Amino acid sequence: MSHVTSSVRPPLVTGGKTYGDVTEDICRQVEGKPTTLWNIAFLISLIVLGIGGYGLYRVFWFGIGEWGLNKTVGWAWDITNFVWWVGIGHAGTLISAILLLFRQKWRTSINRAAEAMTIFAVLCAGSYILMHMGRTWLAYWALPLPNTFGPLWVNFNSPLVWDVFAISTYLTVSLVFWYIGLIPDLGTIRDRAKNKVSKVVYGILSFGWDGAAKTWQHYENVSLVLAGLSTPLVLSVHTIVSFDFATSVIPGWHTTIFPPYFVAGAIFSGFAMVLTLMLITREVFGLKDYITIGHIESMNKIIMLTGSIVGVAYITEFVIAWYSGVQYERYAFINRMMGPYWWAYWSMMSCNVISPQLFWIKKIRTSVVATFILSIVVNIGMWFERFVIIVTSLHRDYLPSSWAMFAPTKVDVLDYLYTFGFFFTCFFLFAKFLPVINIAEVKAILKSSSEHVEEHKTVTSAQPGFQARPAFNKDVE
Amino acid sequence: MEGNNKVYWKGLEELSNDIHFVKNAEREFPEGTPLPGTEAAANADIMPASRRDFLKVMGFGMAAVTLAACEAPVKKAIPYLNKPEEIEASIANYYASTYVDTDGDYNSVLVKTREGRPIKIEPNPLSGVTPAGTSARAQASLLSLYDLERLKGPFNGKEKKATDWKSVDAAIGQQLQQVASSGKAIRIVSSTIISPSTKAAIKEFIAKYPTAQHVTYDANSSAGILNANQTSFGKAVLPFYNFDKAEVIVGIGNADFLGTSPGSTTYSALYAKTRKLGKDKKKMSRHYQFESTLSSTGANADYRTPIKSSQEGLVAANLYNKIAKKLGAAPVSAPALDVKGLDDAANELASAKSAGVVVAGSNDPNVQTIVNAINNLLGSYNTIIDLNAPLTLKAGDDTAMANFAKELSQGQVGAVFFYNANPVYDYPTGKQFGEDLKKASLKVSFSDRMDETTSLCDYVCPDHNFLEAWNDAEPRTGYFSLGQPTINPIFQTRAAQQSLLAWAGNTVEYDKFIQSYWRTNLFSLQSKYSSFKEFWIHVLHDGVFEPKNAPVAAVSFAGDVNAAAAAVGKAGNNGIELVLYQKIGIGNGAMANNPWLQELPDPISRACWDNYLTVSHKMASELGLTQSEEDGNDLVTVEIPGKPAITLPALIQPGQAEGTVGLALGYGREKAGKAANNVGVNAYPFASVSALGVGYVVNGVKVTKAGEKRKIAQVQTHHTIMARPIVQEAKLSEYQKKANAGRFMPKVATSEGKKKATDISLWHGHKYQNHSWGMVIDLNSCTGCGSCVVACTVENNVPVVGRQEVINRREMHWLRIDRYYSSDAPKDDVKALEEASANPEVVFQPMLCQHCNNAPCETVCPVLATTHSSEGLNQMTYNRCFGTRYCANNCPYKVRRFNWFNYTNDERFSDVNYMSQTDLGKMVLNPDVTVRTRGVMEKCSMCVQRIQEGKLNAKKERRRPVDGEIAMACESACSTGAILFGDMNDPESRISKLIAEETEGRMFQVLEEINTRPQVSYLTKIRNKA
Repeated sequence: MSHVTSSVRPPLVTGGKTYGDVTEDICRQVEGKPTTLWNIAFLISLIVLGIGGYGLYRVFWFGIGEWGLNKTVGWAWDITNFVWWVGIGHAGTLISAILLLFRQKWRTSINRAAEAMTIFAVLCAGSYILMHMGRTWLAYWALPLPNTFGPLWVNFNSPLVWDVFAISTYLTVSLVFWYIGLIPDLGTIRDRAKNKVSKVVYGILSFGWDGAAKTWQHYENVSLVLAGLSTPLVLSVHTIVSFDFATSVIPGWHTTIFPPYFVAGAIFSGFAMVLTLMLITREVFGLKDYITIGHIESMNKIIMLTGSIVGVAYITEFVIAWYSGVQYERYAFINRMMGPYWWAYWSMMSCNVISPQLFWIKKIRTSVVATFILSIVVNIGMWFERFVIIVTSLHRDYLPSSWAMFAPTKVDVLDYLYTFGFFFTCFFLFAKFLPVINIAEVKAILKSSSEHVEEHKTVTSAQPGFQARPAFNKDVE
Repeated sequence: MEGNNKVYWKGLEELSNDIHFVKNAEREFPEGTPLPGTEAAANADIMPASRRDFLKVMGFGMAAVTLAACEAPVKKAIPYLNKPEEIEASIANYYASTYVDTDGDYNSVLVKTREGRPIKIEPNPLSGVTPAGTSARAQASLLSLYDLERLKGPFNGKEKKATDWKSVDAAIGQQLQQVASSGKAIRIVSSTIISPSTKAAIKEFIAKYPTAQHVTYDANSSAGILNANQTSFGKAVLPFYNFDKAEVIVGIGNADFLGTSPGSTTYSALYAKTRKLGKDKKKMSRHYQFESTLSSTGANADYRTPIKSSQEGLVAANLYNKIAKKLGAAPVSAPALDVKGLDDAANELASAKSAGVVVAGSNDPNVQTIVNAINNLLGSYNTIIDLNAPLTLKAGDDTAMANFAKELSQGQVGAVFFYNANPVYDYPTGKQFGEDLKKASLKVSFSDRMDETTSLCDYVCPDHNFLEAWNDAEPRTGYFSLGQPTINPIFQTRAAQQSLLAWAGNTVEYDKFIQSYWRTNLFSLQSKYSSFKEFWIHVLHDGVFEPKNAPVAAVSFAGDVNAAAAAVGKAGNNGIELVLYQKIGIGNGAMANNPWLQELPDPISRACWDNYLTVSHKMASELGLTQSEEDGNDLVTVEIPGKPAITLPALIQPGQAEGTVGLALGYGREKAGKAANNVGVNAYPFASVSALGVGYVVNGVKVTKAGEKRKIAQVQTHHTIMARPIVQEAKLSEYQKKANAGRFMPKVATSEGKKKATDISLWHGHKYQNHSWGMVIDLNSCTGCGSCVVACTVENNVPVVGRQEVINRREMHWLRIDRYYSSDAPKDDVKALEEASANPEVVFQPMLCQHCNNAPCETVCPVLATTHSSEGLNQMTYNRCFGTRYCANNCPYKVRRFNWFNYTNDERFSDVNYMSQTDLGKMVLNPDVTVRTRGVMEKCSMCVQRIQEGKLNAKKERRRPVDGEIAMACESACSTGAILFGDMNDPESRISKLIAEETEGRMFQVLEEINTRPQVSYLTKIRNKA
């Protein structure tokens, strides 16, 4: 019946949903009162944010010395967490842009939340950029702004300047893409709104969406253009983040394999984070018919693929270190495996390389519980990956006289907590006040790829010629 | 609608139109709360202020408070209304002066002052004793002038209140009369005094009070040497060693002539002369050292053998016998002892004859007598050893001091004066001494602070700091120098000599007293100047007066070497020996409250802010002691017979002799000041007092593991070089064959064959049209003493961060001296390479910003805060830095230092970094160097302010800077000439010539293979080994 999805494929939306059901299901938690569960979760996020905020205060008031850094290890948890959050922020755009190009229709149920997560994660990463600076109040110097300091300009040779551009571009495009995608749904909510405040607020937010054919056409064009813009960004952001290390002279950092390896790792961790969050969301908001086991399985396959790429990259690094014949390079990698931070290395290896291989087993990749656990394990592993790259390379570089150990302080932990608090506060606000699933896009695939109840089936099969085209379906050419 | 005009009233009051109701009904929502005093307030019967007024008042209040808080503290800069003739703002003046401390350290110095405050100490090149370089302590002594703990004026200890000089003089004068008339003893207790005028002043005092005597003792005594020379040659002196004439040097025991011994600044320079190599000099001295704890001198030796300290005498006696056998003299009877290297040392000494010398550090006169006998046998008394112009830096008499302690306890002493002496802290029986002190009716101290002894005194008459005072010195017989004030006394202090003269009834000013002493005693020793005034002005300008003495007749040895050998043969050898040694920075502990010295890492252990028990690897594994950066070091309990047990951390020290443990003196101060109090443990009580003098080796010590751990502040926690070609070294024999022996010359394979790493580059390189500043560091000359580190700290306002921050690995030193131990492990066993040998070879490598031409730091800074100058320097623009720390991460040499906290303002650093936190401390800062705020990266600037000054001076005179005119702070502090700075574009400069000579020879650049192309190069370390 459909020219888009093979009938042998499992349906993407289950439960025989009608268009009305879709709207109803997704708008329910936006319009209803916050649930107790949401209230508790939100409160916890705020508390974590507050406790973490104390760490932020310590760093801003007293200086970076509140962290465990030293003369040898100048970056540790700060940049580890920065790269980790940026990596997590990769899934959103990947799902929205690359999966769009690959015509992966299953992305419609998850792209909204994934994009939101992207934005919050990039904001967390950004807060680390600001936090790690010795003099945060001068952060704007990193921008090529005209100034009165004389002919002072940024250093375009510095990967950190590239970073500023890469991250800010990524954040801007992601934010615009996400917001444009929200507009039709905001229009729906506005139209359904009963209370005055909601009417005004959603009215303003929906930019006067009128649902006219011309509006849909503009909307679709803008979406396509933005998707086109985002696609290279998915690859560029983490490539440039990897340049922070790859262009240096430090053994263990100075590696040409970093760009693809970092991008794969970012997708790997981003998908894991999307899974973690979506598994909770579908449970809490009762969206199991939209985020199905099929979705979970597809994402697990991507995790398995990217996890394997990352594993190959780890091994390649070792071979090249040996092949280079460079004493320092060899030692850097031997030290990773057997030096004082061996536990970080082996945590990384087991979490990132071994654990995703479990997804070869169908039973595991279709199990919600196993997926949830493994998605967290993957993110732990990816955190360790960044820690291993940053700390174990720095702590024993060229001159043994300067070799040192790094140990995090309480403030290191508090600042990490702060980003979690910030992330979840934002995410819960999003989950409450905005539709977590793209209503318009799900509706667009409802006809072609959902589990239909009998009567619908009869109707549609009886009158195939009269099947209305979905109001919006950018998957259809 | 018309009919609909019903009125609903809200209550009976409205209906009745009650007057109160009508009034209030209009104000159902009272506008109310007007400010008191207004018309509205007068009418209102409710709150007296309106909300609007409240907001107004609050707004005003907030704004006022905010503005008040914003106001910057007022700093008064007072211009010179009448400018002193010699002072030009921002132009430094130099005054020749003399630095002497209580630990036998002497330096003739130039004091750099800016706008009337001393800010730096430089060597005085006119001095015949210390013409080049200064000691670390001399560099750091500057800070003692601005020490917050200094007393502000005379103090009455009985009444615990400040007083004035007049009443102090009256009280002391009166009490002295009483003591004198009662016939009780009066004692002046001091450390060694090398000032002839001070001695004369004391003589005057003693002349006035017949029961007075002067007792001299040294915290770290050399009385054994004096006594041995008294019996051997009839001269109780410290011999002067012309090490530059030595071909074979043998050190026995704690003969730390490159580190902590008196005269080490001079000796380092002379020793280094024999270690310099070049195209025309392919020979160097050979140095054997037999010692228990690894000293700086031992670390520089070509062959070092760990021995127990109790064996020092036997080693000397056996050495004597072996040499005697070769030279055909009669042997002494001593038990045979064979330690590694002793035969070789004996053979070489015997063939070097008068070009060989043996030096011992022991305070045992018997050991020293045997050593004298060996030197006599070799004939080195006419060549290397000078007894006619000996050092006068240690003259302490252990017997006199022991007698005094006895007198004091017997209550025979009526009055006691402490000048540069703190026996309660640094005399072995100090505690008892403190108790006995109560028996004296008058106790006076000249100390500048309330130290352990001073706080028990009745009157404190604080002496000037040496930078505020007139003084003179005779560090070596016939070598005089003057000290002059470089600043007006900051506090109400008075020269101790002045006080003594005053109490002796002589009211002459001390500077006039010095002049008259010089006029009577020294003026006649020269004939150049006919008037004393002329003579005085020139001497004051030069700082030194060194009349050529007439040669004195050769000495003849009269010591009883057989008796001495018999005595050392009986030396006990039971159990573990505790060896008390000194650290190069803290010394005897008198200057412990100097944060620059506390933070100066020990050259060997690289630890600061602590003392600890050094144990051998073997003993550590027997006791189960471990150490790691994360967990710290195991604490051990040390039990010494008859002394209270102490608990302190143990540091596993490669090279520590089996059966011995080491502990540094000078720590554990209780009343030195906030920086020093309770840092480490006081080791003086463990020294023994016997008929032989004070003994610094204690037998029969019990060491047990205490169970807990404590971190030691070490700036380096990894001690081996991991078989990396960072320090390149060769043996002398190899070097003689090939000048570039030991060099690592990496090649990179390219399509065009193998190329030097530096021949391939992405960059076009920098062009230096004018100057190209560079530095060459000779690893063969560097003894690791650390005075360059302190000099750099002083010159560049480098903050001190204190113990905890050093433990956090955040010391700020721009220049550090890396110390590496050798390892016995095979080259590719990286795990085993981490372990140093039991008796390792040691190498020191000064490490500072290498000023790379392809600087990894420069490319990664996002804001161009670190850039390359047109003269070859890597520059740091503090104002532009916002602290991403990427440059530090990317620095292969790890020389960049980050301001983790606001060291200039953060009260957590007030005790250790007071030099940039208080008005008094700030006077020490170099006004030419920016004080950095938090969040900013810093590093060696190659003293860019000195380069700039030199260039400007040259420009004013319309010439180019002359080679040597611009000297780095580290370079000028180095007594061995290990550091050479200059313009590599000037073909006539010393550095250009050296580079031309050594490019294919000993010169290398660290990490040449990563093509950073540093402006700083090193010369290979050459060991004179077979």
